[in-house]
Amino acid sequence: MMRRNDLGIAVMASIALAAAISIQIVRDRWYPRDDPQKEAILYVTSGGALQRLALSFDAILADVYWIRAIQHYGGDRLSGPKAQTKYQLLFPLLDMTTTLDPYFNIAYRFGAIFLSEAYPGGPGRPDQSVALLRKAIAVMPQKWQYYHDVGFVYYWRLRDYKTAALWFQRAAEQPNAPNWLAPLAASMLVHGNDRAAARFLWQQIAKSEEVWLRRNAERSLLQLRALDQIDQLETVVQKYPPPKGEPLSWNSLVKRRVLPGQPVDPVGTPYILDPVTGRVRVSEQSALHPMPEEPRRLQ
Amino acid sequence: MRRKLVRAVRVVAVNVFRESVRDRVPYNLVLFAVLLIGSSYLIGQLTAGQDVKIIKDLGLAATSVFGLFIAIFIGIGLVSKEVDRRSIYALLSKPVSRAQFITGKYAGLVLTLAVNVSVMAIALYVILAYMVWTQPPTIRAGWDAPGIDPALLKAIVLIFIELMLVTAIALFFSTFSSPIVAAAMTFGLYIAGHFNSDLKNFEHVVSSKAAARLARGAYHILPDLSAFDVKTEVVHGLPVTMGYMGSTALYGLAYVAALLLVSTLIFSRRDFK
Repeated sequence: MMRRNDLGIAVMASIALAAAISIQIVRDRWYPRDDPQKEAILYVTSGGALQRLALSFDAILADVYWIRAIQHYGGDRLSGPKAQTKYQLLFPLLDMTTTLDPYFNIAYRFGAIFLSEAYPGGPGRPDQSVALLRKAIAVMPQKWQYYHDVGFVYYWRLRDYKTAALWFQRAAEQPNAPNWLAPLAASMLVHGNDRAAARFLWQQIAKSEEVWLRRNAERSLLQLRALDQIDQLETVVQKYPPPKGEPLSWNSLVKRRVLPGQPVDPVGTPYILDPVTGRVRVSEQSALHPMPEEPRRLQ
Repeated sequence: MRRKLVRAVRVVAVNVFRESVRDRVPYNLVLFAVLLIGSSYLIGQLTAGQDVKIIKDLGLAATSVFGLFIAIFIGIGLVSKEVDRRSIYALLSKPVSRAQFITGKYAGLVLTLAVNVSVMAIALYVILAYMVWTQPPTIRAGWDAPGIDPALLKAIVLIFIELMLVTAIALFFSTFSSPIVAAAMTFGLYIAGHFNSDLKNFEHVVSSKAAARLARGAYHILPDLSAFDVKTEVVHGLPVTMGYMGSTALYGLAYVAALLLVSTLIFSRRDFK
């Protein structure tokens, strides 16, 4: 049973704590301390030094850096062009994560996909993607996925089909590699690439167990579908030019019953038609914007 | 005679265990459970599908840290507390030899640690079982190792042996120094023990042969604590052979035996008059 004196002390302590919280809330409102520079600080820049300092707690520290990497990426992606850091910490954070825990498979694959993605989807640094994947291969040389990811970066971002084919071939030589890798490498050497190959590769990535990897692949597949639709629409626009004196427009094509309605992209945003050139593009308001620069087929 | 010897050790050990319970040491288990349950909810929102890996990392790291604090902060007071309270005189006037006293004190704290580590391991498995149960098979297929992985026990066993070693170090310093000095020395040796493997190949760093030999000697003398860390391997489902487990466990037990014998030697020579 609590004595009256003790109860009084407990009440006073609660009041003092409530006062401290209230003052904190008021102070934060009057003197905001959100420092955007704070986010841009890496604290420790040497992964090796941090690994030594972590004693036997390097794995849990790797998790902390992984969470920071995810937050940094997510924060900049949500902020869009307003982002202060423009993903500049993504590579150092992932590098630190994988130095502390060299078997952190997802950190390598996350880096492979998102470091190479063009701004504003990522920092547009395929060189950093490749560097991170080479680090993964040095630790786990028998994982075909890393060779595949390097090949994919060379193919999709760097347009270097010969190097991509070489990496796909190396992936095919690893244990448990899927049987589609060797023909893909051979085909890439002959044709460079076409949209069907891109679709096939994204479909393979879409089978990944990782939700965010799947989502990114699904978005890329929708972009490829949009590219197909744009090709078809541009053919229609060229085939049915407007009456003389009228600009090119969807309305004109709908009125003439060439199209049933204003065409929309796979996520439901109307396509933009350039009234002068007749080129069709995805709207900047669309979730599919910006569209990827498409790999070209070798002649 | 032998039964009497064992009985004396057991009585001292049970008293240490009871005292640790009286000192509210098991409260750390509540903190451990809250930490795991709270983080299992929070990190799911933050970690892009790596929640099971992170729960395993967190559970193993927390087992190690909580055990380390118990080993150091109780270990350093095992002998000095009895001396400060002057209860050592009453104890040594009973049919308990100094060797039995040291062994009993050590066994008592190891028993406390064993109970702690066991309860923490069970709590970790319960949280992991819950996470496995709530995740669909497609997500589970992407994990490096099964959610409820018996191999985690390998890391837990080596953490426990490392804690046994740290307890022996704390007890060793407790036999001849004050608690603050013993805590500083134990913690220092713990850190040095984790950097120890760097000393092994010192000849690649320095040109002086004498310095290299000295470093090599230090490598063998200091406890090689980094060898007990297989957390990363176990969490990623990488093999940790029984040969490695066995040899590391034997190394730890041999080192503990050496420390206990030296502690007994020092304690036997102490004059309490």
